[in-house]
Amino acid sequence: MARTLTVATLGMATTPRDRRRDWSGLIAHGILVAAVVVLAFPLYYAFVISTQSLGEVSSLPPKLYPSMSLLDNYVQAWERARMGRMLFNSAVMAVAIAVGKIAISLLSAFAIVYFNFRGKQLVFWMIFVTLMLPVPVRIVSTYNVISILGWVDTYWGLTVPLMASATGTFLFRQFYQTIPDSLAEAAQLDGAGPLRFLWSVLLPLSKANVAALFVILFVYGWNEYLWPLMITNTQEMRTAVIGIEALVPRSGSQLPEWNIIMAAAIMVLLPPVAVIIVMQRWFVKGLIETEK
Amino acid sequence: MKRTVFRNRWLPYALVAPQVAITLVFFFWPAFDSVRLSLYRASPFGDRLIYVGLANFERLLADEAYLRSAVTSFVFSFFVTIVGLALALLLASLANAKIRGLAVYRSLLLWPYGIAPAIAGIIWLFIFHPSYGVLPYVLSFVTAYQFNWFLKGWVAMTLIVVAAIWKQFGYNLAFYLAGLQAIETSVIEAASVDGAGPIRRFFAIVFPLLSPVTFFLFTLNMTFSFFDTFGLVHSVTQGGPGDATSIMVYRAWKDGFEGLQLGYSAAQSVILMLVVIGLTAMQFRYAEKKVTY
Repeated sequence: MARTLTVATLGMATTPRDRRRDWSGLIAHGILVAAVVVLAFPLYYAFVISTQSLGEVSSLPPKLYPSMSLLDNYVQAWERARMGRMLFNSAVMAVAIAVGKIAISLLSAFAIVYFNFRGKQLVFWMIFVTLMLPVPVRIVSTYNVISILGWVDTYWGLTVPLMASATGTFLFRQFYQTIPDSLAEAAQLDGAGPLRFLWSVLLPLSKANVAALFVILFVYGWNEYLWPLMITNTQEMRTAVIGIEALVPRSGSQLPEWNIIMAAAIMVLLPPVAVIIVMQRWFVKGLIETEK
Repeated sequence: MKRTVFRNRWLPYALVAPQVAITLVFFFWPAFDSVRLSLYRASPFGDRLIYVGLANFERLLADEAYLRSAVTSFVFSFFVTIVGLALALLLASLANAKIRGLAVYRSLLLWPYGIAPAIAGIIWLFIFHPSYGVLPYVLSFVTAYQFNWFLKGWVAMTLIVVAAIWKQFGYNLAFYLAGLQAIETSVIEAASVDGAGPIRRFFAIVFPLLSPVTFFLFTLNMTFSFFDTFGLVHSVTQGGPGDATSIMVYRAWKDGFEGLQLGYSAAQSVILMLVVIGLTAMQFRYAEKKVTY
């Protein structure tokens, strides 16, 4: 019996149908490689431009390979756009929003899952409604609130208002609900209070979720555009993503220094892309979990 | 539902306090204020507010420029979402085979997600640049038509659509690939034994089975193209040429911050709020459906 089965399966391997399957594998690789290359081209092109001199950038036909001015351009972009300060502001914004949002939603989800309290439904409903109020739908009034608080042009204004979110709270709430009740009971028998339980049991268990959320929120905070544009007025407080817009020539009288702009663009896009690549596994988890 | 295990009179309130405080101050207050402001207009000297009832909304609905921006928004979102998803689905179906290295491809596809729409726009701006860009240069061999997005509205629109699709494409493709891989091959094989050709198989079996993924990606891309593309428009086309790329969010910002027409801008915010509520409701209708699947 066993022998006939083997023969049968071996025989299968040479049927035309399986040869077709090999073809479909090749086609799949071909298409995916093409997609990867097409997706990568704009980034490659941006990098190539950032290595060319002004003369090379503005000559036709466009040169599609790197040249010698890389260091020059990056130094110029760094100094001209005050890149150091802007990247620092972006980093503050990205990290503070990520850490703040995670902390705040860890706590509120803990309260919602592990306590019964009056007004719980109301709190839950309030958090849910924030989903429907992204920054663009409250443009002018949010600015008014920030200026009443005196937070215009401050790190407080850049970070704190973006720290509340439904996604984080829902994520941790769902996760806590999968944790067996026996863990909390055991903790209580050991005489551990709720905060002790949160810190020593729940938090270590939430590591993967925290990492996943961190990647998503870091990218979100770093790339936020409308918020810093509204909340900051001075050069000192601009973030990198909005600062780069000032480099783009808007009239014919300005030098078309696209090499400098691209050098700046590469510097601005590198941190979030690097975080995604380095934390790939958590990033994918985060994408799936936060969009549920 | 979890059996509640901890008892404490004040602790749960302390735990939700930061979340509730931020929600109240930075979400609810401005949202109510938007609704309130939308019923007022600033006096000629800008020193006080005059109650005007629904006049701002009446003005908006009669304002051709505003209606144009609504159309622009929907055209933009339609192209980004429908064209973006159709392309991703097409490629994913063609590439759907049990092959090795899918995880590697996924990594190589997902990284553009990390690029800010504004930065994506600036890179594409240069690719489209009428004097130096590689795209008009290549096209100049094919046609004498001037693909100048500084002058032609539809080229500017194409530019921001392409930049937005580029940013989202890898993400969409990765989700479709995962969705396709999850479909049992036996279902499809059964259909092909029954004599259904590849196109028939796709529309009769694969596409319906993928509908949860499509729906999820649809709402996600709609939300993205409606609300997260402000930076793209602001940094690349600034709404122009004319108002060819002036999407609703951009206009609300411009009327509020540059035109200082607070009531008028707030009324636009209220309309945008209705759009978000619609999109969120859609998402949750679907979430309910998913449970019964």
